[in-house]
Amino acid sequence: MNAKLVNKIAICILWFTGFFILLLLCVFLGYILYKGLPVLSFDFIFNKSSDITAGGGVGGQLFNSFYLLFLSLGISVPIALGAGIYLAEYAKDNILTKIIRLSIESLATVPSIVLGLFGMIIFVNMMGLGFSILSGTLTLVLLNLPLLVRVTEESIKLVPKSYREASLAMGATKWQTIYKVVLPSSLAGIITGIILTAGRALGETAILIFTAGTTVSRHMFDTDVTAAGETLAVHMWYLMSVGLVPDRELIADGIGALLIIVILLFNLILTIPLRIIQKRMGIISK
Amino acid sequence: MEKDFNHQRKLVYDRYVRYLFIACAALMTIIIFSIIFFVGKQGLMTFQDVSPAEFFFTDKWNPGMHKYGALSFILGSVAVTLLAIIIGTPIGLLGAVFMSKIAPKKLRDLMRPAVDLYVAIPSVVYGYIGLTVMIPFIRIVFNVSMGYGIFVTSLILSIMILPTIISISEDALNGVPKPLEEASLALGATYWQTLYKVIIPSAAPGILTAIVLAMARAVGETMAVQMVIGNTPLLPTSLFSPTATLTSDIVIEMGNTPFGSAWGNALFLMALVLLVVSLLMILLIKRIGARRYA
Repeated sequence: MNAKLVNKIAICILWFTGFFILLLLCVFLGYILYKGLPVLSFDFIFNKSSDITAGGGVGGQLFNSFYLLFLSLGISVPIALGAGIYLAEYAKDNILTKIIRLSIESLATVPSIVLGLFGMIIFVNMMGLGFSILSGTLTLVLLNLPLLVRVTEESIKLVPKSYREASLAMGATKWQTIYKVVLPSSLAGIITGIILTAGRALGETAILIFTAGTTVSRHMFDTDVTAAGETLAVHMWYLMSVGLVPDRELIADGIGALLIIVILLFNLILTIPLRIIQKRMGIISK
Repeated sequence: MEKDFNHQRKLVYDRYVRYLFIACAALMTIIIFSIIFFVGKQGLMTFQDVSPAEFFFTDKWNPGMHKYGALSFILGSVAVTLLAIIIGTPIGLLGAVFMSKIAPKKLRDLMRPAVDLYVAIPSVVYGYIGLTVMIPFIRIVFNVSMGYGIFVTSLILSIMILPTIISISEDALNGVPKPLEEASLALGATYWQTLYKVIIPSAAPGILTAIVLAMARAVGETMAVQMVIGNTPLLPTSLFSPTATLTSDIVIEMGNTPFGSAWGNALFLMALVLLVVSLLMILLIKRIGARRYA
């Protein structure tokens, strides 16, 4: 076969793969939305779930999902900012920095089920928190941290060096420069990273089954952190694996659509304005 | 003098803030070491009741009869991971080449967020699609009775690892110096010849990193796997016979297990195996990264 023909075939295959990847995503999202959207109703989204009879909602789980998410971000964002700032602004190229970087990479690769079991040993058993929202939150922090540290560091490193030099030349201290110049310039990037992390944490299941538990408080919108807190994703898994309700497939369809909608919202709608801000500020070039 | 004092105070403040940042960064190291320590300690307690040879080399798993042979789980994890890599790598790599070299800018700008969305879909949703769409489909196409097993699991996993392979390989491909490409084309090579003789070899370390990270993701994936693997602690007899993996069995059994019993500890030992495998993969990536080509 001549080289030109091979070349043409190869290019065709590459185009085909590109479209296949896009198409597969559309089929996935389309299927979940097609099955789940008809299930979504005000009652479904806000009513309490039922253990045995059909017709239960997912109100408690929806609340728990966001409650856990915000609590865990509340803890992990400040720590990740600190660590990210350290790595981007202070860290020298020495053995300590190498160990910290290796730790972050390792933590990012630890399977979430292992993080879940670690949370079970430390928070549920040793600290005696039981299967609770607090245990789930603290374990979820472990999942968020490596991602958040990475985006913080990368966003800060994108800020042009001249910004810092200008501030330091005016007599500002290093911390003043970071706080007043570097952080505001990288804020859009950091917030984008937080939103993307939030999207991932929202769908996380393995980490929460053995820390936050698979039951919901009897009270709606219970903010008690010592109560068990089943989330949407955990509920979807629980229904399909051990659930008893007769309409479990319908509820799972609904939860799938709900999760996808929230994630699309997080990934596309919330991050687009932030990327535009970044471009305007000249932080990312296009 | 007043002003000078103010300045001194700011410098002191500056130093303490720095300590705070170091503490945050050091916390990452503390966390990973405590994970290794506590999961390790709990897991290694298994060997008080079970010999390492029994755990790693026999496949009789029956906690009621005090049989803790995890071979079928280990082999299950290895099988689904390898098969997922075999299916997913070519697709992901071709996709990365397309995005990096062929696609027009507009299409590329569309594909980047699309690839990110693959990551954002929760793993229970992948598992649910496997359970409700792929398994019935496989029953018809391959004429098998159940459809659960290694094949459908690898198929789901190969889709879940696509974004890892695509985004890291794409970065590697983008990093290949343009003159290398131009030199090859100027010598009369076709674009395809340039791709697989020049561009892909020089991006090889990055592509290998992508594959190893994808393996780490596949081996640790839990929820999607548990929903479609069939959850039977037996060695698989075919690609379509129900079996189990390390992760799926932990999820299934941990809930019914008393904390600190031999059974519970054996599950922690399985988690330790997963942890060690993922840490080894990180070290492997470091080795690949250190060995730069030209």
